Amino acid sequence: MTRRYDSRTTIFSPEGRLYQIEYAMEAISHAGTVLGILAKDGIVLAAEKKVTGKLLDLSVTKEVGYGGNGEKIFMLNSNVVAGVAGLTADANSLVNYARTAAQRHLFSYNEDIPVEQLTQQLCDMKQGYTQFGGLRPFGVSILYAGYDPHYQFQLYHSDPSGNYSGWKATCIGANNGTAQSLLKQEYKDDISLDDAIALAIKVMSKTMDSTTLSSDKLEFATLTINPVTRQPRGKIYRPSDVDALLEKQGLAKKEDTEMKSA
Amino acid sequence: MEVQFGIVGKGYVIMASDTNAGRSIVKMKTDEDKIKALSPHLLMAASGEPGDTVQFSEFIERNLRLHHIRYTHPMRPQSAASWIRRALADSLRSRKPYSVNLLVGGYDASTDSPHLYWLDYLGTLVEVPFAAHGYGAYFCLSLLDRYHNPEANLEEGLETLKRCVREVQKRLIVGLPDWKIKVVDKDGVREINLDL
Repeated sequence: MTRRYDSRTTIFSPEGRLYQIEYAMEAISHAGTVLGILAKDGIVLAAEKKVTGKLLDLSVTKEVGYGGNGEKIFMLNSNVVAGVAGLTADANSLVNYARTAAQRHLFSYNEDIPVEQLTQQLCDMKQGYTQFGGLRPFGVSILYAGYDPHYQFQLYHSDPSGNYSGWKATCIGANNGTAQSLLKQEYKDDISLDDAIALAIKVMSKTMDSTTLSSDKLEFATLTINPVTRQPRGKIYRPSDVDALLEKQGLAKKEDTEMKSA
Repeated sequence: MEVQFGIVGKGYVIMASDTNAGRSIVKMKTDEDKIKALSPHLLMAASGEPGDTVQFSEFIERNLRLHHIRYTHPMRPQSAASWIRRALADSLRSRKPYSVNLLVGGYDASTDSPHLYWLDYLGTLVEVPFAAHGYGAYFCLSLLDRYHNPEANLEEGLETLKRCVREVQKRLIVGLPDWKIKVVDKDGVREINLDL
């Protein structure tokens, strides 16, 4: 009888808590780290890949454009890139929902969906599962990096309860506390995209378990704006791009440098 | 015999409409306002079947108001026009379609630019530098071709509008003495009294 208030998401415990939601959030704090930084000329998303192995085939990762995704970073629409932490299967279904919602908006209004509106729609969905007899809530937190003409670049975070909030820089998943305090120290209001990329890598290198970073542990994406067309442009880095970036930042694998010197 | 005009200039859109409301050969009213302010920076002039115009513009007005309340920012002119077009196109394919022609003019605060859209009851949507509905189109599109200047200031724009209204009053068989003129720019929507 001690688990009386755990089995259903829809029931309050006598202390007024919803245990299933709290468990879902707990599950996310063990998932791979995802962080986002808002810069004045773009947004960076970085994600830690937990499941790695030489046999896992990730060669299908798309270059840029509407579709395309890595393991944890997805294009939701031409103006929104999302990073997910939590159950990948749940995330896939939410990503699919978000992409449909974005296209529905395009159909009715002939414009890219405003970022907050897309975030809200996903949160409505998530909230629904905390109240109406589903089996369990979505075990996913999402970072949305997007651009729209109303508020320019925006970064939002949503959790399994259906709450969402806007951030200048934030982090979800394992070690998010460490990462957030690092971000709080190092973030500057007028940070440029290049500095934000460097900061993202620096924070990731400190929060991740492994001492060396490489493309099989790290995923990376940016959202910028084309200065000529004023259209947003999302870019999910290919593994080779990630390695090149780490090389540039001087955080590449040690073996590489040894190979070169030999 | 309704006539409506829309003219885009530098940072503003002028909308003008006659103010007659009639049925058959009888004039019922001479001060009907056919240009609705849909949001702080959006105007819509409706003409067509008398009951339909009112019903449809109120439907649009309330939906855009709801959008404004829900998302705290008003819909941009481009998205509003697209949404209105969708409403008309859906209506056209229903059992009792609205018979309404529209001009939608607005100022997009997010890109600081004025926009004017021409819509008809068939669900046609075009963005145009100037527009007319009703018989005015036959008399004045040539005038607007000659005199419209997208860089004109408000005074010059109103001069061009005057030319159009006077042409209608001179050549159209029905006299249209009274007009309502509204302007939308970065400061929002306002009515203008013009000596025609």
